[in-house]
Amino acid sequence: MSTIRSLEDLKAKRQEILDRKAVAKGKTIINVSLATCSIAAGGKVAMEAMQDEVAKNGLTGVEFMQSGCMTYCYAEPTVEITLPGKTPVVFGGVDENRARELVTEYVMKGEPVEGIIPVNYERVVL
Amino acid sequence: MAATTTEKKQLRIATRNCGFIDPENIDDYIALRGYEGLAKVLTMTPAEVVDLVKRSGLRGRGGAGFPTGIKWGIALGNKADQKYMVCNADEGDPGAFMDRAVLEGDPHSVVEAMAIGGYAIGATRGTVYIRAEYPLAIKRLKKAIDDARDYGLLGENIFGSGFDFDIELKYGAGAFVCGEETALIRSMEGKRGEPVTKPPFPAQSGYWEKPTIVNNVETFANIPAIIINGADWFSGIGTATSKGTKVFALAGKIQNVGLIEVPMGITLREVIFDIGGGCPDGKAFKAVQTGGPSGGALANKDLDVAIDYESLAACKSIMGSGGMVVMDEDDCMVSVAKFFLDFTMDETCGKCTPCRIGSKRLYEILDRITKGKGTRADLDHLKSLSEIIKDTALCGLGQTMPNPILSTMDTFADEYAAHIDNKKCPAHVCTALLTYTIDPAKCTGCGLCTRVCPVECISGTKKQPHTIDATRCIKCGACYDKCKFDSIIKQ
Repeated sequence: MSTIRSLEDLKAKRQEILDRKAVAKGKTIINVSLATCSIAAGGKVAMEAMQDEVAKNGLTGVEFMQSGCMTYCYAEPTVEITLPGKTPVVFGGVDENRARELVTEYVMKGEPVEGIIPVNYERVVL
Repeated sequence: MAATTTEKKQLRIATRNCGFIDPENIDDYIALRGYEGLAKVLTMTPAEVVDLVKRSGLRGRGGAGFPTGIKWGIALGNKADQKYMVCNADEGDPGAFMDRAVLEGDPHSVVEAMAIGGYAIGATRGTVYIRAEYPLAIKRLKKAIDDARDYGLLGENIFGSGFDFDIELKYGAGAFVCGEETALIRSMEGKRGEPVTKPPFPAQSGYWEKPTIVNNVETFANIPAIIINGADWFSGIGTATSKGTKVFALAGKIQNVGLIEVPMGITLREVIFDIGGGCPDGKAFKAVQTGGPSGGALANKDLDVAIDYESLAACKSIMGSGGMVVMDEDDCMVSVAKFFLDFTMDETCGKCTPCRIGSKRLYEILDRITKGKGTRADLDHLKSLSEIIKDTALCGLGQTMPNPILSTMDTFADEYAAHIDNKKCPAHVCTALLTYTIDPAKCTGCGLCTRVCPVECISGTKKQPHTIDATRCIKCGACYDKCKFDSIIKQ
């Protein structure tokens, strides 16, 4: 890794990261909550099922990521899906079956799937 | 950004990145202006950084609410060849998981904030004291520290400024008292995790007798946002005495169990009903324990209190680190007090007598009451013993241990009275005080209860109402759980 020696370096690094992320635009991003509790609730099972379904359907343009706590303990496992050009949507209670349904219905066809968790916060973005 | 969020109720500052970034990817954090706060403070003097934090009004989120900037100022003012910046990640309150969520979801914000604090007080070394019960948080934190080091954001000559700072981890064995800062420091030194009297405060003489700042995970998580957005922005959120937001872990009998972050000044009613969705299954809300075992139970009468450090204290509870355990009509408040006493009795370090023996005696009295053997004199004993312990215990753990008892005795006096005078538990929780009978109008005589009764005290003819022999009933509740016709009455 390159060392960051100044604020200019940091800003350049940030730009480089943002440019790289811009490449990911046009892709579907599937973000699975994987904190200790989300894993215990079945987050990894959901992730693996979705990865399997994506592979089975030969989908390209789908990127997976893990994140920490999404704060919705009551609805774990939770998965956030961002379709290209669309607002991210968080789904709760994603067991294996629902995980596969999310890929075949929401990711592939954009069909609405039950279990959407409404956004109930404002967030500081620095 | 609006100071109040009437529409959405929640405002996320400390948890701004949780759920949005890959905690194991430093680039994700940098993309959201990560480490810019550190770069910014390195162009300021340490006194200017301390002043900025002071003006923001940030207070310690571990529970006591001491102003962070003032604490940092004390350490800055103390000359020493070595100072230390410590992150208290020894989260131990029952029902609390805010710090783990931050560390597992956004470890870099804590790493960056520790470096900022280190620069502000003149420390070159930081330590995260984290309980070994948090393996995933440890793993992600370690990776964050390694990655920051690889990028040159930790280590020597950070941002070419000449400032050196590095972080190591120390593991706690999961002892509640080690969250108390003097006990935490003793534990870091390899000694028994026992508190010592203050003063001197750690900011004067702490780890290896050097000036040491101990801040909670959530306190740190706020710092980068304050540095970037400014003191005025932060102090514009919240109430007159309590600025910014607070993260709470909503647990217990609440519909939307989860982590929330709300601006200070929001009411308990908004938190429990608007955000939490109230109690599940249509049950009535009874109380909420804030501040873990050091706090108190707040009831219906307190629902419109604005949440800040002073208002909660005025209601005989505390902000605490942010555990909120909600109770409904099915919870017995004497048992709740007993539960928290059981916890502190287990977790007392035993160094001082009021805490070591006092907790045991308090527990015994509560246990007697829940078993129907309590007397009116026990209530007086509970109260006077509680007050003596509050006055005489060495550290915060002992001084706050009687709080759940005092607050429940105050608000739910009738429940204590019912246990003592009528030998009844109104919430039907205390086993010894229950009686099970069968409603002959509802009983179909199916015989299911007779088959599950372990002491064979239920009898009757098939298809005729059955009866329970109260003298032999052990009150296990097996018949109550099994009956399909709601014909067993628990009183």
